[in-house]
Amino acid sequence: MSFSGKIAIAGVHEYESRWAPDKTSFQIMGECARDALADAGLGLSDVDGLFCATMTMGAMGPVQLAEYLNLKPRYLDGSNIGGSSFVSHVAHAAGAIHAGLCDVGLILYGSTAASDAMAIGTGNSSGKDPSAAFVTPYGATLVSSYAMVAQRYMHEYGVTSEQLADIAVSTRHHASLNPHAKMRNPITREDVLESRVIADPLHLLDCCIISDGGGAVVVTSLERAKDLRQKPVLVRGTGEAVAHREIGAPDLTTIAAKQSGEQAFAMAGLTPADMDLATIYDSFTITVLATLENLGFCKKGEGGAFVENGGIGLGGRLPVNPDGGGLSSNHSGMRGIFLVIEAVRQLRGGLGARQVEGASLAVAHGTGGMLGQMHSGATLVLSNS
Amino acid sequence: MAEKKQNPEYEAPAIDWESRAYWEGAGRGELVLQRCRDCGVVQHRPRGLCASCLSDDIEHFVSSGRGEVYTFSVVRQNQMPAFAKAVPYVISYVQLEEGPQLLTNIVDCDPDSVSIGMAVKVDFVPTPATNGDALGVPRFVPA
Repeated sequence: MSFSGKIAIAGVHEYESRWAPDKTSFQIMGECARDALADAGLGLSDVDGLFCATMTMGAMGPVQLAEYLNLKPRYLDGSNIGGSSFVSHVAHAAGAIHAGLCDVGLILYGSTAASDAMAIGTGNSSGKDPSAAFVTPYGATLVSSYAMVAQRYMHEYGVTSEQLADIAVSTRHHASLNPHAKMRNPITREDVLESRVIADPLHLLDCCIISDGGGAVVVTSLERAKDLRQKPVLVRGTGEAVAHREIGAPDLTTIAAKQSGEQAFAMAGLTPADMDLATIYDSFTITVLATLENLGFCKKGEGGAFVENGGIGLGGRLPVNPDGGGLSSNHSGMRGIFLVIEAVRQLRGGLGARQVEGASLAVAHGTGGMLGQMHSGATLVLSNS
Repeated sequence: MAEKKQNPEYEAPAIDWESRAYWEGAGRGELVLQRCRDCGVVQHRPRGLCASCLSDDIEHFVSSGRGEVYTFSVVRQNQMPAFAKAVPYVISYVQLEEGPQLLTNIVDCDPDSVSIGMAVKVDFVPTPATNGDALGVPRFVPA
């Protein structure tokens, strides 16, 4: 018995600053909890389900966070599948609420990645343990893992650096319309192509930025959400998946989004063509192209044509990341929660210049971990009626 | 030794009983893979059981060490000190003749000359002996 259409997102908040050297990640989560609950018209005492993941919390993260917030939830979920975790937390919260295990789920994320000067993309990606020994010696950075996917896309499908650059250009244009975005000056295709190469074929401007930040999402039943402060945004479909270095010969251009997207759209009874916008984890430009193809917005090999020349800009065939995404607005290490928040804001409406006019259906897709090595995917289909 | 400049010095890999045969083989100059005696699948990275059928009847064998570049990237920025001085270097998935792919470096050539489909063969770097273990790290060179 599906929870599709019976669960709603009632409150959201995105931490406004991109630079918070005077805050801890817990403090950022606490402030986001306060503001998302206020957005919903609820209080801390209403929360009985707690969901969280960060890059720095220990194995008992949700317990630490409950202690920090003086919460005594009856449902805890600290599952960490990388940056996509928060998209999957919405599904987990929906399932728990539908099953009667909690009534109000609070999803939290906070990070001071920028003020801690974390080398997220260009540090080595693995530690000193026997399984990491197959990666660590070779100097595989996070950027290079995604770059190897881009290289394969170029080889198999003729994707060009110009097409990837257009993703960054559209996203930057969106950021220029978002007063909170970190990078707001417009850029051109040439700016991207002339920026230095970090790991071939990805340039600096093909890569997401690093910021501080955090966010909160409040999930409850549609029944309860109807009486709250905001118009409910309905959870229509959810899906999760993992893709990794399979035994044999993996296909690097087939990513977790294929499986999670098929499940989410099937649960919703909708197709990609029905969507008015998408929020997609844009760790790198190639991530957006691979995700669009694998979610089924176009056929394999057609992603380059789909994204070029403003195809994913406001007014294009499918506006993607109208908030400016991780490429230009914010990326504090694990971006999944912002995909949910922006999709909800767009479905509520009233965002001014960056509003997708008449948006009623949206898909959010998070990628966690590393394309090219192992990664998770989580897809969420949302509607405003 | 031009290729040395393209790579940092490899440290001795962390090993356990699932991976010991692989790294010891590399120390002898052999690329050691696993084959399941029950279902016949060749697997990498090594495991204590077959990840296709969960049999624990695994045998080790020496790979031809030949393959081709499945994909690659030239890393031009790495903030880890050991690698910062090695850029630009090539990271790659090599498709081995026996089936599995492995993550590795392509060395002993101009990084800009590497391409998908390029024929490569294995090469080994001994790593500092620890606890009497003579281990090594496999990487690849143009065939």
